[in-house]
Amino acid sequence: MSMSEELNERRKLSRREFLELGAAGTGLLLLAGCGGGQGGGSGTLNALFMSQAAYSETDVKNMTEQFQKQNPGIKVNLTFVTYEALHDKIVAAAPAGTYDTVLVDVIWPAEFASKKMIVDITDRFPESERSKIVAGGLKTTEYDGRYYGVPWILDTKYFFYNKKMLGEAGVNPPPDTWDGVVEAARALKSKGVVEYPLIWSWAQAEAIICDYAQLLGAYGGQFFDENGKSTFNTGGGLQALEFMRMTLDEKLSNPASTETLEDDARKVISQGEAAMALNWTYMFALANDPKESQVAGQIDIAHTPKGPAGAPGVNGSMGMAITSGSQNQDAAWKYIQFMTSQKIQNQYAKLSLPIWKSSYDDKQVIQALPEVVPVAKTQLNDLILRPVVTQYNDVSHTMQVELQQALTGDKTPKQALDDAAKAVSETMQS
Amino acid sequence: MNQARAAGLKRLPRTILPKGGAFRHGPTALILLLPSLVVVFGIVIYPLIRTFYTSLFDVTSAFPGNYPFVGLGNYLEALGRTEFWAAILRTAYFTLSTTLLEVVLGILLGLLLNVEFRGRWLLRSIVILPWALPTVVNGAMWRWILNPAYGALNALLTQLHIIPEYRSWLGTPWMALNMVVVADVWKMTPLAAFFILAALQTIPHDLYEAAWVDGAGRLRTFFSITLPLLIPTIVIILVLRTMEAFKVFDIIYVMTRGGPADGTQTIAYYTYVEAFSNQLFGYGAALAYVIAFFILCFAIIYMRLLRRGEVEY
Repeated sequence: MSMSEELNERRKLSRREFLELGAAGTGLLLLAGCGGGQGGGSGTLNALFMSQAAYSETDVKNMTEQFQKQNPGIKVNLTFVTYEALHDKIVAAAPAGTYDTVLVDVIWPAEFASKKMIVDITDRFPESERSKIVAGGLKTTEYDGRYYGVPWILDTKYFFYNKKMLGEAGVNPPPDTWDGVVEAARALKSKGVVEYPLIWSWAQAEAIICDYAQLLGAYGGQFFDENGKSTFNTGGGLQALEFMRMTLDEKLSNPASTETLEDDARKVISQGEAAMALNWTYMFALANDPKESQVAGQIDIAHTPKGPAGAPGVNGSMGMAITSGSQNQDAAWKYIQFMTSQKIQNQYAKLSLPIWKSSYDDKQVIQALPEVVPVAKTQLNDLILRPVVTQYNDVSHTMQVELQQALTGDKTPKQALDDAAKAVSETMQS
Repeated sequence: MNQARAAGLKRLPRTILPKGGAFRHGPTALILLLPSLVVVFGIVIYPLIRTFYTSLFDVTSAFPGNYPFVGLGNYLEALGRTEFWAAILRTAYFTLSTTLLEVVLGILLGLLLNVEFRGRWLLRSIVILPWALPTVVNGAMWRWILNPAYGALNALLTQLHIIPEYRSWLGTPWMALNMVVVADVWKMTPLAAFFILAALQTIPHDLYEAAWVDGAGRLRTFFSITLPLLIPTIVIILVLRTMEAFKVFDIIYVMTRGGPADGTQTIAYYTYVEAFSNQLFGYGAALAYVIAFFILCFAIIYMRLLRRGEVEY
């Protein structure tokens, strides 16, 4: 091989380098000094949304069209990514200021705000407005007493069950405790109604943390004590994981749960291959839609089942925020105001319920989801937050891995949570 | 430095560069070269330097700012972490198994495609298809095939009574890693096969005739003539595939996102997670350099092998 080929080889390495991380570096150089700007309240906006759960892409497009009709000076370009890609997309696009508004999950404002990636909108978002929003939902975009966005999707994980299958197994009324769920699952399995009565979204993703948080709440656990020390490896936190593992060991839960996301779980329920699951609001409409589901009309929604310590739902809300790189923050704010307005949210309540308290007594909203609204009205007042920490993703990733190690049988629940607690404490200190 | 290498270095000025250096022709040469220099600097050299610079600091955001200097701290941190070594081991397993399978299957497929039979052109075009698919499409397709509830693999295996019931393929760490290997092998074997096919067609036919005259059987011919003459090509496939496999990212991202329980988290995926999900850009940059170092080692080893493997007919 000649020297020129060696040189070539080296050049190939460099290109690989560039692709892997150099992009971030280049971004830094090209865009250093690019600050945000208010703009004139008109122009073009780029908005980032997710294409999964809550409002459908079509809903978001229709809302945006309505907005553009009302504001002829503003054009909005929409981008949709899956939830799993959303965080990293926001991070990678931040230095370039690609997006004016981004959809942020309840677990990110601490990170994004502390790194000044999204702007403080407390002054634009007066107390008079805030007080009209469901209290648990308002926490979604709050960090350190300031607001970094407006809640838009108000959601938690509800308990869905197939009433026909439960009937066939002689389970009546439907279970409202986790012990009851296990009994029902045993009945479903022993009577041969369904091979795996339960399906969960326990893939290595945020989804597993949502389910875990909800169970941890039911068993009275806590993520951290008041000194910030991990406590999820004891008491309710441990019981929650032991419960999860037990349902797999008894083959009540589908073993594919460890590779399942929320939308996969919805499909399994919709095919009639599971009888019970936790999922977000949007599943109700889709699982009962004959075009999307083979069990339309059989799926009912209820509060998350009770554990010994109650039945809090995980706060899975998301909000719309303005990026600090936006050159058009006034127009972006107008857009956010429109998208989060009560009028629009009431109109599109079918897949995602409004953030506004009074909407839950609104005829239009109740008509859209008559079975869901009464359940949501009380469940949304009983929410549990996942840890509010700036290194959330790191903490969450550690926990995802350890939870999965317990679920796939590589570690005992106690061992997995002890290891997670140790690693999380190290992360939080660094 | 060995002799061959030294000879290579000495040969360079004579064969590559004209006497008197690159700019012998003055400004015209400079102007003509400028665009490519700018491009190479912009997308290769600058990021390379910048990434190294970044790796020396504790950069925790994508924005410019003052970040503490940590020297080689990020590198030491990586070497001290169990996740890092676990990712390296997984990557090594992935690299070894995919490369090996692709070479073996590639040789078999290449031999088949070299035989004359009716419809060979059709088979040749079909075989290239997996390689022509974008990796992301391939990953998404395999996710469907392996789906525990309605995947084609489950349907096939249960209908052939190989497995009694539908099962999960990506739900446990070890199985998931092997399934990613399968998906990668399916996609990349055609490339190996076509390299082999090309090499087979350059082997002079009289060699085989001579062997037959001497009474050698098919197997003997294969091991004594075909295989030795394929060695240089096999080494090239090895070089290409190990380096590609070692930095595998996209198929993992699409199929498993590193899960379950980090069971498919390769070193490149780990780097991505640390840099972009955890916003530890300094640490991520250091990891990227570590990957580069490993690949450089492969490159050096393979280039020596290649030099030894040159064949003349």
